[in-house]
Amino acid sequence: MLETRHIDKYFLEPVKFHVLKDINIELQKGEFVSIMGKSGCGKSTLLYILSTMDTAYEGELWIDGDKMSDLTQNELARIRNEKIGFVFQFHYLLPEFTVLKNVMLPALKLGREDVEGIRARAMEKLEILGVSDQANKKAYRISGGQKQRVSIARALINDPKIIMGDEPTGNLDSKNSENVFNILKTLCDSMGMSLLVVTHDIDFAERTDRIIEMGDGTIL
Amino acid sequence: MIRFPLVFDISRTHLLSKIKQTTVASLGVTFGIGTYIILMGFMTGLNGLLDGLILNRTPHIQVFNKTTPSEIQPVERFNKATTDLHYVHSVKPKARLERIHNALPLLSELRRHQQVKGATPQTTAKVFYLAGANKLNGVLNGIQVREEIRLFNFKDYITEGDVLSLVRRKNSILLGAGIAKNLSLSVGDRIQVMSTNGTTFSLLVSGIFQSGLAEVDDVQSYISLPMAQQILGAGRNHITRLHVKLFEMADAVPLARTIETLYDLRALDIKTANAQFDTGSDIRNLISYAVSITLLLVAGFGIYNILNMFIYEKMNDIAILKATGFTGTDVKWIFITQAMVIGLLGGTMGLIMGYGVSIFIDNLPFITEALPTIKTYPINYDPLVYISGVAFALTSTFLAGYLPARKAQQIDPVEIIRGQ
Ligand SMILES: Nc1ncnc2c1ncn2[C@@H]1O[C@H](COP(=O)(O)OP(=O)(O)O)[C@@H](O)[C@H]1O
Ligand SMILES: [Mg+2]
Repeated sequence: MLETRHIDKYFLEPVKFHVLKDINIELQKGEFVSIMGKSGCGKSTLLYILSTMDTAYEGELWIDGDKMSDLTQNELARIRNEKIGFVFQFHYLLPEFTVLKNVMLPALKLGREDVEGIRARAMEKLEILGVSDQANKKAYRISGGQKQRVSIARALINDPKIIMGDEPTGNLDSKNSENVFNILKTLCDSMGMSLLVVTHDIDFAERTDRIIEMGDGTIL
Repeated sequence: MIRFPLVFDISRTHLLSKIKQTTVASLGVTFGIGTYIILMGFMTGLNGLLDGLILNRTPHIQVFNKTTPSEIQPVERFNKATTDLHYVHSVKPKARLERIHNALPLLSELRRHQQVKGATPQTTAKVFYLAGANKLNGVLNGIQVREEIRLFNFKDYITEGDVLSLVRRKNSILLGAGIAKNLSLSVGDRIQVMSTNGTTFSLLVSGIFQSGLAEVDDVQSYISLPMAQQILGAGRNHITRLHVKLFEMADAVPLARTIETLYDLRALDIKTANAQFDTGSDIRNLISYAVSITLLLVAGFGIYNILNMFIYEKMNDIAILKATGFTGTDVKWIFITQAMVIGLLGGTMGLIMGYGVSIFIDNLPFITEALPTIKTYPINYDPLVYISGVAFALTSTFLAGYLPARKAQQIDPVEIIRGQ
């Protein structure tokens, strides 16, 4: 489903810095994998590359059988839209839009369905995450835990192949964190999605299929 | 592929969430366009009025006798073959009659010419207006009043009385406003004039003539052509000027040239006669364009600034949109749309404001001695001004939006997300 071959990345500013060194990882369909490592070891940087947002790297990234470095920016945007759902550490929603609209936007962009169909499916996803009662509130009016669940609903809206999360539970208390884990786990099992989640939470990581340990820009 | 309904939907939410800034930016455009329309309407209205005054009232060609010295002096004809240089000092024009030689045949010749709409004869008589012991210098113009009205809007100059009285009563006079004031005469009174050979005539003041130029109104009056000829003691063929109106003003210069070569006369065309007037119009136009464009540019910079601010505030939104699959082009159009909506809103309000204020100015009283028939300020409602105003609003907002939108297109979402 997802594979990297010899990925290297350098930061040139302020001084040249080899942040990722020869990264080779593989993620199977339906696999739930967590990435752990010390702060500053390059986990987020790796995730931005895997999510196709960052294209300034050496080596190859393959997603769902396609080589990403061959694609144009617009084609990459399409991949992100269709095949990847991303959950950020901070609740990244568009504040002036309603919760429902936030979830609908990626599907509206994809345009696979008409607006009514998209609205119904967005409600369905909000239902799964238990925040459907917030659907018509503006996104800046709901709590942090609710925002995190809404952003997971948004990541799910186009039924992506892979969900990536950068410390999606980092800002949540243990109860909410538990909740999010269960939701992700269920999705993985029932829908065959692959999950790749960066976390500091060892309890969380130990319940995933596999843990990738990172240290100083390399896979340990 | 760009989905414009979606792009528009996102733009709308952004604009509505920043209603205050949106309004301010629109108002900038409103004032720019509104002022442009008011200024252009007013300026072109004024120019049109002045053009109309000049074009409608001034003859395209004035024909009269030359008073310049002959170009070729007799000595040059006589000694043409020799190589000697001739110096003739203090050359003067030769004495000649004031009347145009063979004026009547020339007049009918001109009237038959296919470019000519009409021609009028005039006879000028120098007189004194007698007022008690005072003699005031004066000039009486003998005219064919119907033709003067038809061709040169002569009626516009008559502020009181009846212009056609010249036709009905031979001894009527349309008295210059300045003379009427100085001699405290009004319509119905009589005035004595004395011709240069000493004969006095009693004329009935049947109207007041006002051109707006004091030096004209203090001296000139109008009487019928036969009356002028009678005052001069001359015959029906005594005519001192011919005024020609053409169908096309552009023909004035070549036709005047032709008249001068065919006849030994001076033919003054309207271009030469009103050279400084043209310059005046041009400069007024230039100023209104310069001011309008400055206003629109200022409005454009306003939009540019506000949109830059919008984009700065919406960095997170841009990063999220890009992370979830929107392309740079989508993002660019989201912000261009916002600029265009501001431009369209502001432009429409500017049209309404411009039109409203134009109507207001149009109804303001504008009384001036120089233009006796004008009662309110002149305004031009040329649709072209309105169309060009909106077109300019849209192009300038597009450009003002395009540059910041390009920046938004190129924003790297990773940088924003990492920055949190
Ligand atoms: N834009 C950047 N320019 C230079 N160095 C950076 C930049 N972003 C991150 N880094 C550095 O790269 C390293 C890896 O960062 P990051 O991937 O965010 O670590 P993690 O997510 O594992 O905590 C850190 O040492 C960080 O200081
Ligand atoms: Mg990190």
